Amino acid sequence: MKTLRTPDVLVIGGGPAGLSAAVEAASFGCHVVVVNEDLALGGQLIKQTHKFFGSAAEHAGTRGIEIAKILVSELERFGDRVEAYTNCSALGYYSDGVVTCMVGEERYFKVKPKKVVVATGALEKLIPFPGNDLPGVYGAGAVQTLMNVYGVKPAKRVLMVGAGNIGLIVSYQLLQAGVDVVAIVEFAPKVGGYWVHAAKVRRLGVPIYLRHTVKRAIGESAVEGAVIQAVDERGAFVGNERFIECDVICMAVGLTPTCELLWQAGCEMCYVPELAGHVAVRDRTMRTSRPDIWIAGDAAGIEEASTAMVEGRIAGLTSAHSLGHVDEDVFEERLKGYWRRLDALRGGEAGSKARSGISKIMIEMWEGRGVEVR
Amino acid sequence: MELVEKHPILEFRHGRKVKFTFDGREMEGFEGEPIAAALHANGVKVLRYMPKKGRPKGFFCAIGKCSSCFMIVDGMPNVRTCITPLHEGMRVETQRGNGMLREGM
Amino acid sequence: MKFDDFASGVLTQEMAKAAAPPTELWEDKRGGLVIIECPKPIPCDPCHTSCPTGAVLPFEDINDLPKVDYAKCTGCAMCVAKCPGLACFVVDLTYGGEDEALIKLPYEMIPCPEEGTEVECLNRVGEPAATGMIVKVQEPQRDKTLVVHVAVPKSFVLDIRAIRVKSHG
Repeated sequence: MKTLRTPDVLVIGGGPAGLSAAVEAASFGCHVVVVNEDLALGGQLIKQTHKFFGSAAEHAGTRGIEIAKILVSELERFGDRVEAYTNCSALGYYSDGVVTCMVGEERYFKVKPKKVVVATGALEKLIPFPGNDLPGVYGAGAVQTLMNVYGVKPAKRVLMVGAGNIGLIVSYQLLQAGVDVVAIVEFAPKVGGYWVHAAKVRRLGVPIYLRHTVKRAIGESAVEGAVIQAVDERGAFVGNERFIECDVICMAVGLTPTCELLWQAGCEMCYVPELAGHVAVRDRTMRTSRPDIWIAGDAAGIEEASTAMVEGRIAGLTSAHSLGHVDEDVFEERLKGYWRRLDALRGGEAGSKARSGISKIMIEMWEGRGVEVR
Repeated sequence: MELVEKHPILEFRHGRKVKFTFDGREMEGFEGEPIAAALHANGVKVLRYMPKKGRPKGFFCAIGKCSSCFMIVDGMPNVRTCITPLHEGMRVETQRGNGMLREGM
Repeated sequence: MKFDDFASGVLTQEMAKAAAPPTELWEDKRGGLVIIECPKPIPCDPCHTSCPTGAVLPFEDINDLPKVDYAKCTGCAMCVAKCPGLACFVVDLTYGGEDEALIKLPYEMIPCPEEGTEVECLNRVGEPAATGMIVKVQEPQRDKTLVVHVAVPKSFVLDIRAIRVKSHG
């Protein structure tokens, strides 16, 4: 393999956002390299056995794993125009525009692309409690990886912490894998995820303790149980402790965007609580303050797979356009169409947090602005 | 191995079953699947002990971003076992403290 | 401690009654009518796109709550199989004897239910409410979501929303 690759577009991250960006750019004739850290393409989609929401354009009613297959086969249609590397980490972004990469532990190579799309996704958050570092305290994504990708039973009995969409969906998936979900605890007075996801697990007998949190993990070298307790509006413990016997405490308390490469590249960054962490400031084409770098998906702000796919399309479209591969009128029309879909997906109550967060860091045009880091 | 035997939605197609060692003990796993998944299926949850306080650590993020799963694999330390594929004859060891690179690696 | 709380995914009795079809259309409808229990707006519309008769009305805004024109509903249960939230149920009050009804509900667990066997019917908080009989098992979308037809006591049609199939052996 050549040690220096020089594609039109480098897409870092092969999840729904990255694959969508790669397909879009390739469809306009760009030569694309995709680097993906995990062993298979598809990001978190390959762990999702449930059917997706949204509209038909975002494959509503189709299981996440099938959506991943659809995206990968769309990518494969482009043959040699797209090179995808799995088990491959992007190690750093250098000032000469080179991105260093490594397959596994030893195959090192460099990429000097004309344009980059950073679609590096997110990382599970943790909340502080004694014993939260014990083996057996697993991120929800990790539990999904074990049971849905590799067919390994993740636990006998699970305490789920967090009733956002991820906590509710993974609880349901655990039941499907034959694992006992002893309880779900949720800090807030109501579930954060879709009501229907909660209904699905309540009717199968999983209790959801609202206004509760995990107080400490019990165990010497691994989790053997947990103590949960109710909290009041200020988060102070009230009532009595309750012991839950479990061997995995599954953390579904939120994700935070992974943006190290963007920091390294000197992009203008900003802390936005509604988007769950530090994100890059971007314009309506998903371009960052660096003229060659775009973002898409959870790395741009924690949302859904449906919005990730549309953002990926926008990033792929615009990076291809910046290289002269897209006619002006086609560009305008497609961009408008993608924004209509995003606005529809974010339009309801469920999208209000994302709308609010994005309004803080989306600008109209990059011309004439200096770079700030807030 | 503790595997999900039957599933209402998924069908698991595993690769070849291969032998590997964990701290000298022989175990079986599926070729090409992450080392940490094979260890979990064999009941191994403690993957490393942290440098200062010696606290046990295991799987956490499963996507190679948190460093909780670092182990010594075929003599190489700080290997992200959650995204490193298993091969026949691999020597996997619990990492104790900081990973130390040796001359000639 | 009581958990039967709307905030954690349990429909109140009033909302359950409100989601049910009007009695005059329902009591004699062979094949049954749909009940969609989706009380909070989310961006989602497969119930409408999967409906072959247009009974689940088109969405002006994808975040709207689903609306049903019961005159058009045939109880085909396509939406039951397609809904990502497993929120659709068909109830046929004309089935069987005076005190019987048929519920068509979605099922995605193991073990697979067997036609002609008894099954534990669960209410919205997973408590066993009644024993039912599995009349038919279908897979309308060929996508692993089963639609199970369960004969249940008529008085429980607004309560039963899940089944628990006992493991074999």
